[in-house]
Amino acid sequence: MLDATRTPPRLPSAPGVGYKSQHFHDLRAAPGPVTWLEVHAENYMGDGGRPHAQLRALRDDFAISVHGVGLSIGGEGPLDKAHLERLKSLITWLEPASFSEHLAWSTHGAEFLDDLLPLPYTEATLTRVASHIDQVQDVLGRQMLLENPSSYLAFADSTMSETAFLSELVRRTGCGLLLDVNNVFISATNLNDTPEGYLDAYPTHAVGEIHVGGHDADTDDAGAPLLIDSHGRATADPVWALLDHALAATGPAPVLVEWDNDVPDWATLRAEAERAAHALATAAAP
Amino acid sequence: MPTDQTQFRTALLDPTQPVPDGLTDGAGQPTTKRFAVYRNNVTVALTEALKTAFPVLVSLLGRQNFDQLARLFVRAHPPTSPLMIHYGAHMPAFLSGFAPLSHIKYLSDVARLELALRQSYHAADVTPFDGRKLGTFEAHQIVASTLTLAPAATVIPTVWPLFDIWRYTTQSGAPKPRAIAQPILITRVEFDPEPHALTPAQAAWLSHVTGGATLGAAQDSAMAIDPGFDLFTLLTLLIQNNAIANFTTPKD
Repeated sequence: MLDATRTPPRLPSAPGVGYKSQHFHDLRAAPGPVTWLEVHAENYMGDGGRPHAQLRALRDDFAISVHGVGLSIGGEGPLDKAHLERLKSLITWLEPASFSEHLAWSTHGAEFLDDLLPLPYTEATLTRVASHIDQVQDVLGRQMLLENPSSYLAFADSTMSETAFLSELVRRTGCGLLLDVNNVFISATNLNDTPEGYLDAYPTHAVGEIHVGGHDADTDDAGAPLLIDSHGRATADPVWALLDHALAATGPAPVLVEWDNDVPDWATLRAEAERAAHALATAAAP
Repeated sequence: MPTDQTQFRTALLDPTQPVPDGLTDGAGQPTTKRFAVYRNNVTVALTEALKTAFPVLVSLLGRQNFDQLARLFVRAHPPTSPLMIHYGAHMPAFLSGFAPLSHIKYLSDVARLELALRQSYHAADVTPFDGRKLGTFEAHQIVASTLTLAPAATVIPTVWPLFDIWRYTTQSGAPKPRAIAQPILITRVEFDPEPHALTPAQAAWLSHVTGGATLGAAQDSAMAIDPGFDLFTLLTLLIQNNAIANFTTPKD
């Protein structure tokens, strides 16, 4: 269990964006409502050069969230200790306001599969993931946030819901949660659930950050809707509506716009951040 | 029987393997297309990572051919680390043994160059040796000196016109490659790695010096290849491009 007294300051309850190096100059010249940035940890695990120089410049003006995509917290094998040490060094020099990772697996044996792969929600998975989160929080000496996945399928052997699984992880490890409402919308659509029902069962008290982002629409072999988490377009209207629903439950929270593929110019991404600012202002209004 | 991650992984990278049991859609029915989303995600992610790593290979081979090559490469050499910034280290060796492209003999060296450019981009920052200090040394001190290159500086040996091939592929209006051996020196003044064409004698000098030889001893080896080798031309290139980390002069 994490010693909460060592938890560093939280991200501001304001809009942030996923940082892309091509926005370095435009973002600093005209940040609009953006006061914090999220970076993918693994892109900054080189030894120096431009990636490190940009982070050193940006952290003067923006709070930074480090978002890992390579730790494989749901993996059946042990965590990669070398990778955990790399995360620790990055976090030690960068001193970010937040560190988050995913409820997923991506490493198998010696292989890294570069995708966020799904988990059955069973007691065995719960025990393993909780022990991995304990290990991460011990090594990093801080609380981590865990993000809910976007699901395309379910496991016949799951014995509990995703929200029950996350609630129990929070209780056992003291971790916080990164609530991705785009993923909630995708998973609920793909698995015949309602996104509002998911949020009503979700442990909103533990939320330290919210994500919105774009998805693509497809259909499965039975002709049922199949949404794909692409991060390649603007956030869809029903996801913005779900953000309002989430903010009503969580209260003010850091809200991040993710756009990782077909990345638009800064003005387009900033317009998305302005939409998030509007949602935050509306939620805060009496 | 529960679906384990070994089963899942086997089916992910090999579409001839059956979809694992125990995976269902929202109605609790078995599903193939939904598993295909993960298959597609993994292949696309790894292929895109290779396109980012090897833009010159993509230009030389064309996008469709590169995609086919990438599909075979990712199955033979999936990443072994979450550091995707270093993915593709096996590409030169993979290309050397890849029969359908064996007639393009310089492809492995192009892959080596692209990997080295990426390593240079992410290499550690160091304070470079200040070339003005050279003027305070006597000639006999200089030839007795040793040096180390900056972490972002590296040499790619080759018998192909590698610099010309790189320039012809990346710059519009660049002249066609000539039939000469062009080893490459990569340097990084601030943040952007830059390739420079070397003569074989210059590459030999750098190879000896980075192996620990004195500048003078390395010069003898270089002049055995090319009597016209000029030490100060090469030292100037290194100094102007912040490529020397340490320059050690013996104490008289």
